[in-house]
Amino acid sequence: MTTNTTKNQTDGGGDVRLAGISKTYGSFTAVHPLDLTVPQGSFFALLGASGCGKTTTLRMIAGLEEPSGGTVHLGDQDVTALPPYKRPVNTVFQSYALFPHLDIYENVAFGLRRRGIKSVKKQVGEMLDLVQLGEQARKKPHQLSGGQQQRVAVARALINHPKVLLLDEPLGALDLKLRRQMQLELKRIQTEVGITFVHVTHDQEEAMTMADQVAVMNAGRVEQLGAPADLYENPRTTFVANFLGTSNLVEAEVDSRSGDDVVVKAAGDKLVLPGARCSAPAKTGGKVLVGVRPEKISLTHADDAGAIPEGRNRITGRIANTSFIGVSTQYVVDCAACPEFEVYAQNIDRDPRLAPGAEVVLHWSPAHTFGLDADQSVLAGTMGDAGVAEGEAA
Amino acid sequence: MSTLTEAPPPLTPAAPEQTPPRKRGRWTPYWLLLPGILWLVVFFAAPMVYQASTSVQTGSLEEGYKVTWHFVTYWDAVSEYWPQFLRSVAYAASATVLCLLLGYPLAYLIAFRAGRWRNLIMILVIAPFFTSFLIRTLAWKTILADGGPVVGALNTLHVLDVTSWLGWTSGDRVLATPLAVVCGLTYNFLPFMILPLYTSLERIDGRLHEAAGDLYAKPSTVFRKVTFPLSMPGVVSGTLLTFIPATGDYVNASLLGSADTGMIGNVIQSQFLRVLDYPTAAALSFVLMAAILAMVTFYIRKSGTEDLV
Repeated sequence: MTTNTTKNQTDGGGDVRLAGISKTYGSFTAVHPLDLTVPQGSFFALLGASGCGKTTTLRMIAGLEEPSGGTVHLGDQDVTALPPYKRPVNTVFQSYALFPHLDIYENVAFGLRRRGIKSVKKQVGEMLDLVQLGEQARKKPHQLSGGQQQRVAVARALINHPKVLLLDEPLGALDLKLRRQMQLELKRIQTEVGITFVHVTHDQEEAMTMADQVAVMNAGRVEQLGAPADLYENPRTTFVANFLGTSNLVEAEVDSRSGDDVVVKAAGDKLVLPGARCSAPAKTGGKVLVGVRPEKISLTHADDAGAIPEGRNRITGRIANTSFIGVSTQYVVDCAACPEFEVYAQNIDRDPRLAPGAEVVLHWSPAHTFGLDADQSVLAGTMGDAGVAEGEAA
Repeated sequence: MSTLTEAPPPLTPAAPEQTPPRKRGRWTPYWLLLPGILWLVVFFAAPMVYQASTSVQTGSLEEGYKVTWHFVTYWDAVSEYWPQFLRSVAYAASATVLCLLLGYPLAYLIAFRAGRWRNLIMILVIAPFFTSFLIRTLAWKTILADGGPVVGALNTLHVLDVTSWLGWTSGDRVLATPLAVVCGLTYNFLPFMILPLYTSLERIDGRLHEAAGDLYAKPSTVFRKVTFPLSMPGVVSGTLLTFIPATGDYVNASLLGSADTGMIGNVIQSQFLRVLDYPTAAALSFVLMAAILAMVTFYIRKSGTEDLV
């Protein structure tokens, strides 16, 4: 129902283009010069830990923060110098920032009224229906639950048919169940109205669930940009490898090349990975970090080692710990190459011998292996502060 | 004597039975209320009753006063002194408006723009309280003195011509005119306007300003549609804290005004202390109280502040 209006507004090309945009506060650089293009109509996520510059970047698009350098383009229009109220952009604030003295109806109508639109009744009604709050129109914000307030904040921004909708951690204040529900809801709304969404979040699951494209930010820089599956499967830095899901990273020495594959040695074990998936220069004798996701690995008891097919990467170790999750069991395996190798095994047929202390062989397809530059911290992007700090230094 | 010593004993043994240890907290609120209530009874309720009875007494100083339910005193007082009533309301209202116009920008500045100067400006707002009310008002006598720099400047700028034409000043004088009294009132009650305004402005979430700007409101609209409505509790309490004491004030009118600028406070003071007509003075006090109560009730209803957050 709103697609017609949306089309009219976005005819001139609605990409958001950030060119060399940066922000410094005194000697602190919140955002390093950054180039980013958000394609029109996409659901784009800026993902990173707190203090990585993602919110600052969003606020520079909104005009709430003045960039120290660079430009912001919306389509063909340079909006760098425009104050927020002149930009065709709306924001859903982290704490919603609903006007406490106005009822829901007037909160949603606020933007329309400011642009001098007289008859707002139909639009406000439609928008409240879209977010399923038609019944609550005459209530004050504090009379609504957190999830309802969140939907009002979305409605209040969306009703203006902005070229871009900016969402600043919009689900941060909601509990887990409601957050899952709102993720689907926001995705549904975005598909329905077709407006470009730029979503800031520190929750990697949220970013991967909702976004078409994710930019992973760390210490004021974009570490990597891509579709969620691409980022997950082919991380190019240890920060991305650790921040998106979990990765097992093993330091290894390049042994030789065979065809398109790179053969490396890690604590005596020979591992193979596709050259195309190695983002580090693979010179013979050089160091690389070899990575593999925990769910790609199979676990076989050492007694059955002979049954493992040829051509798979294998590492031997001893199970240090197991935790039963329900759909899967998570094993921590102590190997020579890596003291805490994580393995997630689906609970289809559980081998009772795989208990702490058991000698096991870990094996996985070489195609699931990736290689990273060994100059970076192995811990970057892990939850601990040390990892983030080291990531910043890198 | 004997009743006093006898009365307590029955109470003390009974007390432990009535209040088992678990319910001890039940009487705490009443104990906490007691000092305040005692204070109010002794220094507010009792004098009120005494004044009320005074206002309907007749007699003279020599023969003594008697309660004769002589309500005519009220009628006589109002019909004789209504100009002073009106003047009080007009002066107090003018001073309140001036306080609001001067105080709002300052409170806004302190709340949103002062940064590290915030505390210093707050101290400057309160600083006048370190000096006596009387001395500060007397200082205005010097400031507005005939032929002084202020009057001279206003004269040169031809401001006095305009104010004289409006009846606020007379000729080359500012002192002993309505303008002087209103200036004194404004000066003395300004902090009572600024403090509640600051408190309610400071509570406004800065993100609401950002949200309004994000929703196409230009800065002046942000103020009109968001900041000002949300500061209404401060505006209401500030205007009340200014208007109510200003209406009953007599110091400014007696030091900075003339016989023609007498306010109702001056009349009550002279009736009590100079004319010694206690019934009239008491009646005027009650009329003033009733009038202020009525105006304030109307104002609060009208401003609808109970609806805010």
